[in-house]
Amino acid sequence: HIAFRFTGTLVLAEHTGGKLNPITLNAVSAASKLGEISVLVAGTNVTKIAEQVAKVEQVKRVFIADHEKLKHQLPEHVAKTVETLQKQYKFDHVVAGASTFGRDVLPRVAAQFDASPITDIIAIHSNDTFSRPIYAGNAICKVKSNAPVKFLTFRGTAFQPAKESGGSGKIEKAPETDFSFDGVEFLSQELLKSERPDLQSAKVVVSGGRAIGSADNFKMIYELADKLKAAVGASRAAVDAGYVSNELQIGQTGKVVAPELYIAIGISGAIQHTAGMKDSKVIVAINKDPDAPIFEVIIVII
Amino acid sequence: MITERREREKEEGIERLKFNFVVSNLRCVIQEEWHQRGPVADFGLTFVTKPMRALVAVKRVIDYAIKVRVKPDKTGVVKENVQHSMNPFDEIALEEAVRLKEKQIIKEVVAVSLGPSKSQETLRTALAKGADRAIHVEVEEVMAEKIEPLLIAKILRRIAEAEKPDLIFLGKQAIDDDCGQTAQLLAGLLNWPQAMYASAVEQESDKTFIVTREVDGGRESVRIKIPAIISADLRLNEPRYATLPNIMKAKNKLLEKRKPADYGIEIVQQIQILEVTEPPKRKSGGFVEDVPSLVVKLKEMGVV
Repeated sequence: HIAFRFTGTLVLAEHTGGKLNPITLNAVSAASKLGEISVLVAGTNVTKIAEQVAKVEQVKRVFIADHEKLKHQLPEHVAKTVETLQKQYKFDHVVAGASTFGRDVLPRVAAQFDASPITDIIAIHSNDTFSRPIYAGNAICKVKSNAPVKFLTFRGTAFQPAKESGGSGKIEKAPETDFSFDGVEFLSQELLKSERPDLQSAKVVVSGGRAIGSADNFKMIYELADKLKAAVGASRAAVDAGYVSNELQIGQTGKVVAPELYIAIGISGAIQHTAGMKDSKVIVAINKDPDAPIFEVIIVII
Repeated sequence: MITERREREKEEGIERLKFNFVVSNLRCVIQEEWHQRGPVADFGLTFVTKPMRALVAVKRVIDYAIKVRVKPDKTGVVKENVQHSMNPFDEIALEEAVRLKEKQIIKEVVAVSLGPSKSQETLRTALAKGADRAIHVEVEEVMAEKIEPLLIAKILRRIAEAEKPDLIFLGKQAIDDDCGQTAQLLAGLLNWPQAMYASAVEQESDKTFIVTREVDGGRESVRIKIPAIISADLRLNEPRYATLPNIMKAKNKLLEKRKPADYGIEIVQQIQILEVTEPPKRKSGGFVEDVPSLVVKLKEMGVV
């Protein structure tokens, strides 16, 4: 193989069921501050996704990796694809959204290049200097990377999504990858289906905590959310109590949201929860306890 | 003729020795199984397979309930006289390994921690919760601050090569640096399968496990072949408390002390911390009397 010196950034596109995950657009917009953008779309039958990605502003190249082994985008196989691509094109930055997918794949690839990754970036200062939250968002750490290749994940809510038009990326096939690794096999998937807007991109989020009392009472949260065209979230306590499933958990170890309006109902506001919502524009807390810590971060209170 | 006979006798002798060795080994294994499971044990497959070993990586971090304070000189957060404990996700990872041991799927659980001398407390906790022995890779306190997940993964790789575990359990992230990288980096270095954010781990055969993972949209289930890396998510289990008798017993368990150099690893930093600052403060809000005034206020703000 001829190794091209290609000063640029590779963005890993994330998609499910023929749909591009919006966090990819946030990652592209973050990456546009770093250099010329190439995007990798890995999966099976991904031509449509690749065409969609090619139209995203700033995208110069789209690599398609289409292989049966990539069907469920298991990190072991996607990482191998990225590794092959990186060996050939030598990007300066390899980046993704800080989602399960990005967090799964990027460090695995970084290990092959003896590079320390930087995860969950919220600000880009230069090509090698970034800020990221630590201690559940209670401190912000500014770091400079001397890694040979910068492997980065970006927090979606910290970057505006790139426009889905205006780009004219060239679509090409990714180099052949060795998929002989057989240590892992996809079995099944159980995805939460909901008519409501996606939690991480919703403009309004209504969230319930332990004080809601039961899964039945959580219906009130859903009704309010429907009225406001909002997504529904929950605290860890509400998930642990079995009121809702864990995909709805907001916080340090759940999802991070930053909507226009966040309504926290019956949530005390533990550090781990506020880590996931304190960048919301307006926060409303509805709580019987006037001493609840959530009131330290809110605007309007009942 | 005589030499031929001698040769044959020698070979037969070796064969006999080999046979005796295998038999005595089997006897040992059977006796141990018998001892553990009682006379009704099912010897079907288990006694011929190699007993599994698990490695669990644990980190000493500032306790999750503490609200950290940033140092005025912006070099980090205040750690002196602050309550530390085992990273909550590592507790879950350890618990899973210990449960697999109680189910007799795993034979030995080895806890590993990298950090200053105080990390030994964390390892003693791990021993009290059911780990059989521990390895402490000691670094000076000032250095510990600068250790990146990649370096930890490199040391864990060396330990894995020496200990030959079948499963390595880690927490999905440490609640101090919030990196969430070590398990994936280690899996990459070893080229082992990685089942991250596990919420259920079940043995399927003597070579495979089925892991349910918590992914963004819901749950996913994968089959992994050992050796493999598993990172623990919150809902994998409810970690036990160490009982006093177990804390006492843990004091007699083996805690091996090492240095990164013992593994041929030099501490190299790729990521330089420029400054650590407080997050921007929010303006404090106000209270409203009733629901209608809340709605009015939100409409004024233009958010509904």
